[in-house]
Amino acid sequence: MEKVEKEPLLSAKNKKLLKNPLGIDNPITVQVLGICSALAVTVKMKPAIVMAISVTVVVALSNLIIALMRKSIPGRIRIIVQLVVIATLVIIVDQFLKAFAFDVSKQLSVFVGLIITNCIIMGRLEAFAMANKPWPSFLDGIGNGAGYGLILIIVSFFREFLGSGSILGYPVMEKLGVYKFGYEDNGMMILPPMALITVGLIIWIQRARNKSLIETK
Amino acid sequence: MENLVNIFVKSIFIDNMIFAYFLGMCSYLAVSKTVKTSMGLGIAVTFVLLITVPVNFLLEQYVLKKGALVWLDESFATLDLSFLSFIMFIAVIASIVQLVEMVIEKSSPALYNSLGIFLPLIAVNCAILGASLFMQEREYENIAEATVFGLGSGIGWLLAIVALAAIREKMRYSNVPAPLRGLGITFILTGLMGIAFMSFLGITL
Repeated sequence: MEKVEKEPLLSAKNKKLLKNPLGIDNPITVQVLGICSALAVTVKMKPAIVMAISVTVVVALSNLIIALMRKSIPGRIRIIVQLVVIATLVIIVDQFLKAFAFDVSKQLSVFVGLIITNCIIMGRLEAFAMANKPWPSFLDGIGNGAGYGLILIIVSFFREFLGSGSILGYPVMEKLGVYKFGYEDNGMMILPPMALITVGLIIWIQRARNKSLIETK
Repeated sequence: MENLVNIFVKSIFIDNMIFAYFLGMCSYLAVSKTVKTSMGLGIAVTFVLLITVPVNFLLEQYVLKKGALVWLDESFATLDLSFLSFIMFIAVIASIVQLVEMVIEKSSPALYNSLGIFLPLIAVNCAILGASLFMQEREYENIAEATVFGLGSGIGWLLAIVALAAIREKMRYSNVPAPLRGLGITFILTGLMGIAFMSFLGITL
């Protein structure tokens, strides 16, 4: 009998699962998943960070649970099973936010509930958790959640900084005193369409640096 | 009646699902390559919205809301099941999508073939669940308002996806910088369309 080599918890392969979604396999800019919620919560940094953490928790745990059950889920009804698992986790997150961060929960309004239909979660379940062991699936979830969060934080940083002149609610521009010289906040950045344009520009920069991501047609 | 027209126009233009809330963005970006397919998806989304919003409205009114179960027994007056709304709404949506799929398959195979893969995907379209959650949050008063809101949101979504598809068909002939091709320019296009749609914001009915 051959002894089965046990894989170390953070082997090179597993590290890749964590690192790739942050850059070359980013869920938003490359896989085009989970855009719906990503754009609507990025006016201020605080809700964006809360949203990023919530999505990471849900995607990691649902990946783990589905990966544990993957062999016993009948193929035909897997969507319903996945939705039930996701919805349960989202309810827990929603109740948690309502209890411990009520003001942020109000700001996010329906978008906490919309984590259920966030394509990142369904996409990762279908593409990864249904075919992989629990531990790699969990890491994949953390990685994709972090990749999603990274874009959210970049977008919300620029929108809050240029649109309201503050960072995480701290009025940077006012403290610097630039308003005295006639500087004005760009009200345009607070409007919803600017989120789309900001993400478009991020995609442009990322693809200009990494030519392999360019779409041929 | 005036109120209904108000909700209808508002949900199409001012609170447009795509341009004001970015709901249903994933399929919006993925399916908007040609006008024909996007038209099909748009109609399917409108149809599902038209059914799910009033059904979820009834569910909210008679089962989930605080004290909604009074019709069953007086002692339920303090019962609040609204924390269950996510899971109930998504279950309703998934089953209605399944039903719609079966009905269309039986009654009109031609339409079924043209919609094909998009139908099951509608279950996970954020616009559908989003409309139900907005219906809950804005507290529409009766079922007529909820239905009109569902229909209006659907038409708004249809309008947005067909418009984007038409622009993308023309974009093929333009010389877009290579890194911006495909996804990047689509984002920026949608943003610009959103700015155009913002001109409706001032309208009060």
